[in-house]
Amino acid sequence: MRLSVQEAPFDLGAESTAFAGRVSGAGAVVTFTGIVRGDGGLTAMEIEHYPGMTERAIRAIAEEAVARWHLTDALVIHRHGRLAVGEPIMMVATAAPHRGDAFAAAEFLMDYLKSRAPFWKKEIGPTGEAWVAAKDEDEAALKRW
Amino acid sequence: MIEVRYFAWLRERIGERAEQVESSAATVTDLVAELAARSEGHALAFADLKSLRVALDQQMAGFDAPLAGVREVAFFPPMTGG
Repeated sequence: MRLSVQEAPFDLGAESTAFAGRVSGAGAVVTFTGIVRGDGGLTAMEIEHYPGMTERAIRAIAEEAVARWHLTDALVIHRHGRLAVGEPIMMVATAAPHRGDAFAAAEFLMDYLKSRAPFWKKEIGPTGEAWVAAKDEDEAALKRW
Repeated sequence: MIEVRYFAWLRERIGERAEQVESSAATVTDLVAELAARSEGHALAFADLKSLRVALDQQMAGFDAPLAGVREVAFFPPMTGG
């Protein structure tokens, strides 16, 4: 498993290729990438996190995904700091013998990273800054797992 | 001595990332009462506990959790990762 919390940008293509290149026994690789959206004139996103706890939380979430969907490998990269519109925020990749498990595990990872990994997003736009509020639907999304 | 850490808008309201606190609080709720009395910013930050989450030594916990043996307490709003 490669798990990384980093400020630096990552190369989506290189990460995906490297991940797919080291899987063995998997017939399916799913990747998801989150990008900073420019809704409402948003110009940048500032992401704060809790060093130490973040890494532990991501490891626990990824280990659960691997165990539940029999993944052969998983990847999580999540950035922090100031990100411009259009920049990748994070990515997950899952490898499994069949695609159903790879897709489900990727969705599980996304749902849990949203609400159970200690990151906080602040939107920066033309009229100022605002912390993003957690949505009830994000919490509800965890119940399906 | 407990290290208390704040994140996101809590950190901004309190004006500190962390502070060392001498406390005999038995539970998180007791500690919150002590912290809220420290300044107007603290009082404002802790005004609505429903909008806050707490971690003890980097593990999520409830406000009724005991503090015995805990070294690090962190307060923050619900997480917004992904």
